[in-house]
Amino acid sequence: MNAPVIGQSIKRKEDYRFLTGTGTYTDDVTLPGQTHACFLRSPHAHAKIRGIDTSRARAAPGVVAVFTGEDLARARVNGLPCGWLITDVNGQPMKEPPHPPLAQGKVRHVGDQVAVVIAETLNQAKDAAELIEVDYEVLPAVVSPADARKPGAPVVHDSAPDNTCYVWALGDKVAVDQAFAQAAHVTTLEFINNRLIPNAIEPRAAVASYARADDAYTLYVTSQNPHVERLLMAAFVLGLPEHKLRVIAPDVGGGFGSKIYLYAEETVITWAAKQVGRPIKWTAERSESFMSDAHGRDHVTRAELALDQDGKFLALRVATTANLGAYLSTFASCIPTILYATLLAGQYTTPAIYCEVTAVFTHTAPVDAYRGAGRPEATYVVERLVETAAREMGIDRATIRRRNFITTFPYQTPVALCYDTGNYDATLTAAIELADVAGFEARRKAAAQRGKLRGLGYSTYIEACGLAPSNIAGALGARAGLFEAGEIRVHPTGSVTVFTGSHSHGQGHETTFAQVVADRLGIPVENVDVVHGDTGRILFGMGTYGSRSIAVGGTAIVKALDKVIAKGVKIAAHLLEAAEADIEFRDGAFQVAGTDRKKTLAEVALAAYVPHNYPLDRLEPGLNESAFYDPTNFTYPAGSHICEVEIDPETGVTQVVNFTAVDDFGKIINPMVVEGQVHGGLAQGIGQALLEGCVYDPESGQLLTGTYMDYALPRADDLPSFKVGTRETPCTHNPLGVKGCGEAGAIGAPAAVINAVVDALAHLGVRDIEMPATPERVWRAIRSARPGKKA
Amino acid sequence: MYAFAYHRPATLKQAASLLRKTEGAKALSGGQSLIPALKMRLADPPVLVDLGGIAELRGIRLEGTTLIIGAMARHAEVAAAKEVMTGIPALAQLAAGIGDRQVRNLGTLGGALANNDPAADYPAAVLALDAVIHTNKRAISADRFFKGLMETALKPDEIITAVAFPLPTRAAYVKFRNPASRYAIVGVFVAETAGRVRVAVTGAASCVFRVKPMEKKLAGKFAPEAIAKVRVAADKLNSDIHASAEYRSHLITVIAQRAVTAALSGK
Repeated sequence: MNAPVIGQSIKRKEDYRFLTGTGTYTDDVTLPGQTHACFLRSPHAHAKIRGIDTSRARAAPGVVAVFTGEDLARARVNGLPCGWLITDVNGQPMKEPPHPPLAQGKVRHVGDQVAVVIAETLNQAKDAAELIEVDYEVLPAVVSPADARKPGAPVVHDSAPDNTCYVWALGDKVAVDQAFAQAAHVTTLEFINNRLIPNAIEPRAAVASYARADDAYTLYVTSQNPHVERLLMAAFVLGLPEHKLRVIAPDVGGGFGSKIYLYAEETVITWAAKQVGRPIKWTAERSESFMSDAHGRDHVTRAELALDQDGKFLALRVATTANLGAYLSTFASCIPTILYATLLAGQYTTPAIYCEVTAVFTHTAPVDAYRGAGRPEATYVVERLVETAAREMGIDRATIRRRNFITTFPYQTPVALCYDTGNYDATLTAAIELADVAGFEARRKAAAQRGKLRGLGYSTYIEACGLAPSNIAGALGARAGLFEAGEIRVHPTGSVTVFTGSHSHGQGHETTFAQVVADRLGIPVENVDVVHGDTGRILFGMGTYGSRSIAVGGTAIVKALDKVIAKGVKIAAHLLEAAEADIEFRDGAFQVAGTDRKKTLAEVALAAYVPHNYPLDRLEPGLNESAFYDPTNFTYPAGSHICEVEIDPETGVTQVVNFTAVDDFGKIINPMVVEGQVHGGLAQGIGQALLEGCVYDPESGQLLTGTYMDYALPRADDLPSFKVGTRETPCTHNPLGVKGCGEAGAIGAPAAVINAVVDALAHLGVRDIEMPATPERVWRAIRSARPGKKA
Repeated sequence: MYAFAYHRPATLKQAASLLRKTEGAKALSGGQSLIPALKMRLADPPVLVDLGGIAELRGIRLEGTTLIIGAMARHAEVAAAKEVMTGIPALAQLAAGIGDRQVRNLGTLGGALANNDPAADYPAAVLALDAVIHTNKRAISADRFFKGLMETALKPDEIITAVAFPLPTRAAYVKFRNPASRYAIVGVFVAETAGRVRVAVTGAASCVFRVKPMEKKLAGKFAPEAIAKVRVAADKLNSDIHASAEYRSHLITVIAQRAVTAALSGK
């Protein structure tokens, strides 16, 4: 019997090349005759382009070509499409203003692409870009979602004169209103979910080439989903047959959502590669990443929770204004709707929920999915309300949660989702123990003696992952399928190459997917290689986002493995001269049940590729199977986070002294990889709560947090040593029982942190604090609190 | 980066003459501010004169009750030098807290002073310790060296050679860091030297400055409570997305008290 491979903390196969600097990232790709692109970007948030003079730039040394929006329009290059149609409360489709890859007529945010210079060297391209003269008529700008709909606000797109993309709603408004009318207690909060900039360690990059011989393009690009990139760029923007565009996403250094989308830069250089007849490389500088990667979050919300006298939740009413930025990014429209409002039940039996979302355009970079994507915002709404209600009603915070937990499954929420399984009490109980909540009062007193304020905050979150059943997504407006594809190629000697449509950009798929295959086939992990990120090698794929890879991509692989084994049984039956029904596959061998007669996988594979003794009349040679898998439901990872902070009341500095996360991700393939994912997610969640915040100047629309001098990413010394644990309720509708773990940390953490900060300050009368809870905000909250007054 | 001519002279005299020869020529010491500015195309000097090859700018030594640090001493060297750790431990500690490891291995004392970034750490030490800045032309007292936002008493061809720090009886530097850049939002250096107390604040305004009301109180009684009520008015202080002037005003008092406490504890 082989030792189980699933559930083992096997060291990541990919780390050798990453740690020794031998990975191949897009910027490492250099093609013969390669040129370099530099994009001229708008210095203004909003301006009319009265004219562009590129003559000096064209004449500059080394310049191969200069293109502007007019050139693209003349060549009939389309705008960048949005992949999700939201229908508004009046049954009208959302507003979809054009998103030209290079600005036409107007620029709409700082960093908007105006022109591209292609030159022999990057420095020549940059020098020439400075010679382009753009005659701007600067116009007033609006940057905050709260201001976008005010009368007289500057208009981003003429086709949306009130800056409104859609007003959308989910839930039963009448039932909610009735429940509020009967409530014993109502808790109301208004808050901002702060805008974030993704900051992948590898900036976006692309290398495009065109081969006249076969009239085909190749694009290397930092993408989380190369097939989607190919579909959108070929079919919707450039008007190419898909087979004439090969998209390769090699090693990618982090995405967090920001590399899901089809961006202007790679589109422009792919088109231009044919125009100039040479390969073109573009790599974003860090400042370009800050101003042109799709940002995340940016909600303004008013939320109300109705409770009965025992603290049972009766209804939830939420009104959110979501900033979409200047243009609709690829999945922008579904984030503050489908991935947000549907999560507002949280882990609770709240019977009636109504959520209205107003999505607005502003003169800022596009906003789209960022790690968690809608679900952190939903968790923040629910968990801030729950904790505030508990304090207002004098009910213990764990008790009020337990009183409202969903305990029977499947559970149909009032906001469209059906949770298949979970055990919320188990994760909460485990977290309370791991966090030593029992010892907290003693720690609080000890801190007080040192003049510090300690607080404890909970967050019991749920997420919908494993995106997504295509028919459900389609009914909700998705313009793409959300299945995944996988292929198992068993080589003649029994080693295996896996081709997956999932894409790893830090997640460790080359290890975890190999573990799944090794476990099923009973072969060593070293004998399994995983290939991803190349439309030329992989049959199809929808890519990696929404914690979907193992649940959907992993299942596609399992389905393909099932086919391999089924075929192997037939081959083995022939070789062993036994009935197929008597062959069982165990520990890497096909065995005649009840005997010691068997053929190993390698023997069967060899027979399949050297079919001398083989049932050729009934069976094709070869051992190579593929599968597409479309999930029947979302998966529902859930968990409990407990944060403990210590605040210096003199300076307002908040230190996270303990952070505990107990998560239920279903079955776990590799605990070490999962723990790494949780750590990263927590760092980003704590970052959102205490440090990170994208700031645009409200007057000029300039990006004030455009470098690391001003945008505060969490560093190692901002974080404690995390205490993490897991509890397991296997997913009921995929064969691995997995749910996904990539986003959980970022989803649960912000509410836990802010709940802890408010807990530390509640005795002073502080009821809420805005994210990020910077030292000055905390200091002001303390200063303006009314001492002695309980919140 | 724009193109520039690069020189690496071996003597101070050659360096000064190179700086004189071309208008806009810039001296390059550790490059930790200048190189990023060049890379972002925010500076366009025609000539760079690298001071790294000039032996006479290096070295750290104690002369009686004065600590002399060469202008090209790297932050990491200052942080680790026995002479500094025993003579002015607060200065060693300050140097150990500048930027990150990479910055400390390249950045220099002279470069930091000549650049006079409003949030740099060294100006607070130089001003509070009443150090003397020696150049290839003259000696300048700390009080006359720092002129304003990124502005000093240095002439275009004037090069800092060394800084002479009188040894204090007690001193400490406490920095309240900007969470993003980790520069000082408020940094306070408190020093008592030969019976006189000086308090210098960096990060809070356009240029490092002394807080004379605090110095007076501390001369009477060197204890944190002595300055608990001394406020620096907010109207001349910086205000940005990380800290308002009002908050900085509050922090100066808090951080100065902590610096006094640290100086008393000798840690």
